[in-house]
Amino acid sequence: MRECPYAMSYRNDPYDPKQVALLDPTALAEAVADATKAFEAAADPDALTALRSVHLGDRSPVSLARREIGALPPAAKSDAGKRVNEARRAIESAYAERAEVVEREQAERVLVEERVDVTLPYDRRPRGARHPLSTLMESISDLFVGMGYEVAEGPEVDLEWVNFDALNIPADHPARGLMDTFHIAPEGSGLVLRTHTSTVQTRTMLSRKPPIYVIVPGRVYRTDEIDATHSPVFHQAEGLVVDKGITMAHLRGTLDHFARAMFGPEAKTRWRPHYFPFTEPSAEFDVWFPEHRDGPQWVEWGGCGMVNPRVLRACGVDPEVYSGFAFGMGIDRTLMVRHGVSDIRHLFEGDVRFSRALGTGA
Amino acid sequence: MRVSVSWLREYVDLPADLPTGDLEQALVDLGIEVESVVDLAASVTGQLVVGEVREIEELTGFKKPIRFCRVDVGAANGTGEPQEIVCGARNFAVGDRVVVILPGGVLPGGFAIGARKTYGHNSAGMICSAKELGVSDDHSGIIVLGPDVTAKPGDDARPVVGLDDVVLDLEVTPDRGYALSLRGLARELSHAIDVPLRDPALAPAPGGTQTPAYPVEVRDTVGCDRFTARLVRGVDPTAPTPSWMRQRLVTAGIRSISLPVDITNYVMLELGQPMHAFDADRIVGSLVVRRAEAGEKLTTLDGVTRVLTADDMVICDAGLDSALGGQGDGVPISLAAVMGGETSEVVAGTTTVLFEAAHWDPAMVGRTARRHKLFSEAAKRWERGVDPAVALVALERAVRLLTEHGGGTPSAEILDIDHVRPRTPISLPADLPTRRVGVEYPPARVVALLERVGCTVAQGADRLSEDPGAVGVASGVGTVLSVTPPTWRPDLTDPADLVEEVVRLDGYDRVPSVLPTAPPGRGLTPRQRRRRAVAGSLAERGYVEVLAHPFVSPELADQLGLPADDPRRPAVRLANPLSEEEPLLRTTLLGPLLGILKRNLGRGHRDLALYEIGAVFHPRVGAGSPPAMGVDRRPTDEEFAAADAVVPAQPVHVAVVLAGDLDPAGWWGPGRPAGWADAIEAARDVLAAAGIPDERVEVRAAEYAPWHPGRCAELLVDGSVVGHAGELHPLVVAALELPRRTSAMELNLDTLPSTPVTPAPTVSGFPPALIDVALVVDDSVPAEQVRRALEAGAGELLEDVRLFDVYSGAQLGEGRRSLAYKLTFRAPDRTLTVEEAVAARDAAVAVAAERLGATLRGA
Repeated sequence: MRECPYAMSYRNDPYDPKQVALLDPTALAEAVADATKAFEAAADPDALTALRSVHLGDRSPVSLARREIGALPPAAKSDAGKRVNEARRAIESAYAERAEVVEREQAERVLVEERVDVTLPYDRRPRGARHPLSTLMESISDLFVGMGYEVAEGPEVDLEWVNFDALNIPADHPARGLMDTFHIAPEGSGLVLRTHTSTVQTRTMLSRKPPIYVIVPGRVYRTDEIDATHSPVFHQAEGLVVDKGITMAHLRGTLDHFARAMFGPEAKTRWRPHYFPFTEPSAEFDVWFPEHRDGPQWVEWGGCGMVNPRVLRACGVDPEVYSGFAFGMGIDRTLMVRHGVSDIRHLFEGDVRFSRALGTGA
Repeated sequence: MRVSVSWLREYVDLPADLPTGDLEQALVDLGIEVESVVDLAASVTGQLVVGEVREIEELTGFKKPIRFCRVDVGAANGTGEPQEIVCGARNFAVGDRVVVILPGGVLPGGFAIGARKTYGHNSAGMICSAKELGVSDDHSGIIVLGPDVTAKPGDDARPVVGLDDVVLDLEVTPDRGYALSLRGLARELSHAIDVPLRDPALAPAPGGTQTPAYPVEVRDTVGCDRFTARLVRGVDPTAPTPSWMRQRLVTAGIRSISLPVDITNYVMLELGQPMHAFDADRIVGSLVVRRAEAGEKLTTLDGVTRVLTADDMVICDAGLDSALGGQGDGVPISLAAVMGGETSEVVAGTTTVLFEAAHWDPAMVGRTARRHKLFSEAAKRWERGVDPAVALVALERAVRLLTEHGGGTPSAEILDIDHVRPRTPISLPADLPTRRVGVEYPPARVVALLERVGCTVAQGADRLSEDPGAVGVASGVGTVLSVTPPTWRPDLTDPADLVEEVVRLDGYDRVPSVLPTAPPGRGLTPRQRRRRAVAGSLAERGYVEVLAHPFVSPELADQLGLPADDPRRPAVRLANPLSEEEPLLRTTLLGPLLGILKRNLGRGHRDLALYEIGAVFHPRVGAGSPPAMGVDRRPTDEEFAAADAVVPAQPVHVAVVLAGDLDPAGWWGPGRPAGWADAIEAARDVLAAAGIPDERVEVRAAEYAPWHPGRCAELLVDGSVVGHAGELHPLVVAALELPRRTSAMELNLDTLPSTPVTPAPTVSGFPPALIDVALVVDDSVPAEQVRRALEAGAGELLEDVRLFDVYSGAQLGEGRRSLAYKLTFRAPDRTLTVEEAVAARDAAVAVAAERLGATLRGA
């Protein structure tokens, strides 16, 4: 930075522009050029800011020149003032232009300097997860809630009457033996761990009047030894509809919709006649799953049928007025088929790896 | 039931070229599950031929006797020269015809046959036993073909040994006992494939005679509504069971025992009528059919001595003196319908056979079979329903088979005690199938289909006009059919059963797909939404949801240190647990959840935060048994409420367990171990997610198992305890072998009050005034109380109180600590002046001082 070569002049009267060197156009142009050059040389905002007082501050050439205007004769003031203002504006604009450049450069430099390794693993808050069976039960519930159903629930330890008798499974019926039931001690307690979510059929019909449209996801129990495909605890979703004029065609329509929601738009169902004491006619149903791990194929999915009029009667629904359908399927099995889970034990061992991998979608 | 297709073809004209897949599909469409279809011809590959043994050279000097044989296999080996084969069996002689597999063949199980040197000789092929061919379990020697076999050396041996057949393994549902017979399966297939049926039950059979074949007294005609019997005298006790019969029994999984016994089993498979063969010479007196006396004993054929109950039916020998029964009651010699007894069974020397074909009460048989754990083939059929009309045909069939293959003379007398009641017709509105199925079935179609399954169908209108009440069908609904099901279909009792027959035979695939329209629903209940919110918030907080089995051991209560009178000690007990070690249902989620924590630790996971939402089970102590309720009508509300009162309480709980670091160490710095405070935070999060406002929640110190008495909080909502949280008791940690400082929380979600609509807060746009205060209080004063005091004193201007530091040190004095709070004051309508804020702070401190003896630190 060079010293200003001009000293402050005194009142100059009469007018002699030569005596007021600072107002000389050449001097002003030089001041502008000096300033512009100095600004260009400033490498960063700090350096530039430091130059501001030199070239635009109180002791800068343009400021000193402005002070000299007063010494001029009135006729010359206007011209000189204009010149000074122009010079000042030129310097200011040079400053602003340079400021923009150095600030931008500085910002870019900061971005480079602040670069980090974004691939550093940041797992400071380990991820939690829902259990995939829970999310699947919820999505099944949501599907049916969207169709106007309600989600019904019931106790896991329930009356034998609710689990069997009311569902047309009398005490000596072989079907009761096939259920592999956990009985509650002592003998004659009249209680079991429910073998199917159909208990909630009984309870729903006892507590509500038709029309009934409910979906029942829940936990059920059978005395199956644990292996890759059996668990004493598993989950079912059961649907029950009781209304006037309900037919098997309605059952098929509902299952087709359900299958497509669970297994994709190409899924379809097929029925095989079967026997369940609580439905008549009854069927087992399979679903065509195009994305099966082992290639597109039919997969056994569940059981269904028209609610047996005996069940309606035991639950206080007039079978001459109402008919209904019911269906039930294994949620665990659905999950296993959809996700290619080979061993049901993974669902209940509680290894965090399993829930973390599957517990976010379904 | 395992059955061969060739046998089925004896009764139904299956097309010769019917592909196995079509047969399988036909069965599936009828509701008969096909477990497997085994084409026996494909089970042995390569050349399996008949051979005739020409020379036998006995080889000695080996561990066992070995034979080197030359066997004529005709032109099958390409040379016409006898095949040289080394054989270890000895049950054959020169001239016998045997079954030979030539080199290149493969036996079941992938056993490839080659030519090799063994015992010093070249052996090219193998002489086969029945077991090696997979046709039976007989491995006592190689197969020696009987004189009835006409095949020549070199002929394909498959037809000779039954390997040209297809074996179906079928699973029959419990309502269809009739399908557990060739007769029933053939009938079903005749429907499906629409080919004629030759019903073996239509064979002529003589009726009962005036004089009985054997004196029998049936004392309980409910348990036994039909009893037929006939004698065959002078039977050759050495007569073998013909090979075709044995083959079919073996295929069905029934062991061959003796000709008379094999015949009873064969007839059972053929006609579905379980039978029994007695050695009449081993019966002393007449037979009495009655209920057993409780405590009577009988040694059944399996050698087990069984103690009978008054519900079991028995066949007794009245010639033996009864210890328990009365005069003439006799001694049980057979557990009726389930299994015969040792003392009267057919034995090696039996020459007088008494065949019995009866009809028993299915429910009685089911109870007896379950009680004695005797699930015999006979019991299985009785339980599922046997045709009461087929007894005499079965008897005739058995007698003919026995006299044909074992000689002897049948008695002229035939016993038939028949109390079978004719079936009452079912009234079926002709349009009911259409209304239930949604497919248009014209009445003629309904009638045709029902007649096809054997029903007799009459137009029931006349009958209805006589007595509409008795048949229970509303009058004036159009044509009503009067349908009498066939004797072999005891499962058809209701109109709905007939509807199923219609849709089943017409085809389930004809049912269209129509979505019903439900009335508008109300969505999830608040309780369901709350459970989802809680589950989601814990997962978002880093907890992983698990689903544990609820079975726990009786020792768990001790391991958790529960006091003797703890309400979590009484537990629901399973009568038949899977593991005798875990017969109880959980009363707290923590036991099973800690088990899962340990499993994860065992698998190398160190830092764990788990949660579960599920039911716990609290028995109704002293509730007794529920009252009996019928099914012919709805129980009244009072009846059901009384029964329901016995059902254990099953509240839904939520629990978390924590071990290791909650915030792991990493390149960012050290980790932070999980502890009591995290467990309490989880509890507070759950309450917040459940919609309980903070001001209704209270946390206070508690002593409660299984928690550390100094590190346990109880959580209260509106003053009621809803759960506990903190660090587990060191003794519990030790007893369960958990990591130190394992922490846990458990709340009862069902006790949380429902949450009303929350009023909106006033959100002031004016700036806050922030003032810090440090209060010195006694160590024993809970921070929660200090906070409440500050809140109470500060008044309405206080927006937030935040404890940001806890300090204890020498300069505070023994037993004192300093709690530093940041107080946020704000007014809804103006910017607070310093004076206002300070005044509020002073008021807050004053209340803390007054209530808790707090002093400003440094003051």
